[in-house]
Amino acid sequence: MADKKVVIYTTPTCPWCHRAKEYLSKKGIPYTEYNVAADREKAKEMIDKSKQMGVPVIMVDNEIVVGFNQPKLDSLLGS
Amino acid sequence: MYELMIIGGGPSGIAATVYAARKRLKTVLISANIGGQINNTWGIENYLGYQFIEGPELISKFESQISQFPIDQRIGEKVSRVVKAQDGFEAVTESGRYQAQAVIIATGKSPRKLNVPGETELTGRGVTYCAICDGPVFAGRKVAVIGGGNSALEATLDMVKIAEHVSLVSLTDLTGDPVLIERLADAKNLTVYKQHQTLAIKGKDLVEGITLKDLKSGKEKALDVAGVFIEIGLVPNSALVKDLVKLNEHGEIIVSCACETSFPGVYAAGDVTNIPEKQIIIAAGEGAKAALQAHRYLRRLTA
Repeated sequence: MADKKVVIYTTPTCPWCHRAKEYLSKKGIPYTEYNVAADREKAKEMIDKSKQMGVPVIMVDNEIVVGFNQPKLDSLLGS
Repeated sequence: MYELMIIGGGPSGIAATVYAARKRLKTVLISANIGGQINNTWGIENYLGYQFIEGPELISKFESQISQFPIDQRIGEKVSRVVKAQDGFEAVTESGRYQAQAVIIATGKSPRKLNVPGETELTGRGVTYCAICDGPVFAGRKVAVIGGGNSALEATLDMVKIAEHVSLVSLTDLTGDPVLIERLADAKNLTVYKQHQTLAIKGKDLVEGITLKDLKSGKEKALDVAGVFIEIGLVPNSALVKDLVKLNEHGEIIVSCACETSFPGVYAAGDVTNIPEKQIIIAAGEGAKAALQAHRYLRRLTA
């Protein structure tokens, strides 16, 4: 089974973003994090992809999850 | 059938869970999430035992603490209503029905909505109720903060550091702490609109602006903004029991100092109740009290 590519767009003081990262770490899932507060290009990318401006935005391959939606993440990550 | 249902997984529900589990009550905790309003909180400096702890870390500790107990957890489910049932009460969620002899309502509060056109459609698309989460996304942009209390003032003070310009819009005069109001004077990129009502939020896919009404002159005004931070207070999540127990004029569940509601067997704790102060540590204390009271009630039932 191929590993899923996980990307998370965050801001530094967003509590939900932290919980999402903790959840991914606990499951042993590697992810790439983009801090949209520091990286304007990635902020624009996040807004274009998710059609909205809230964080976190989590991409599992090409699926978009807005917010720390644990049930949806569980189903996309196959657990 | 459970002995006890705890509805709500914020500090009050979690404290109730710890106490109920240690009294060996057959318990189910039903909540949309663990942490409640702490999920929208970053720096906590007044919870006992910590000079400073971040919201997510405190929630992590709560989660670990209850994971050791043999209670049932239904996290991710939201109770829409609680009704009287045979030998107790029934809670209805989108995916299940749960019965218990006693129940603790610990559902906390949610951000108050402005209830203006464009608000719902543009939530997440420039409209946000969590300045601490989403603020940095609007760096270099023009934003509006709606509200006049401490939350609005704090959001404004955070945003003037990173936004191109902040418009603070308050229905009345500013009601927050004088020390915060004083600090606004230092900001060079801030316009304060007191006695202004927000009429609508405009935008197609993302927020483009807001329209305001000057309550003194009656004139309307349009502001170009990319973000709208709504910080106008909180409302209690009491709809699930509004037909079961007495609420006060603010919609809060009326409780005795023993956490009893108007219906025997139904207890309530934390921000959803009419206790005069809403703090994490107070909510935790109330949750513990409610669980101990529920335990006494259950023992009297079987005596």
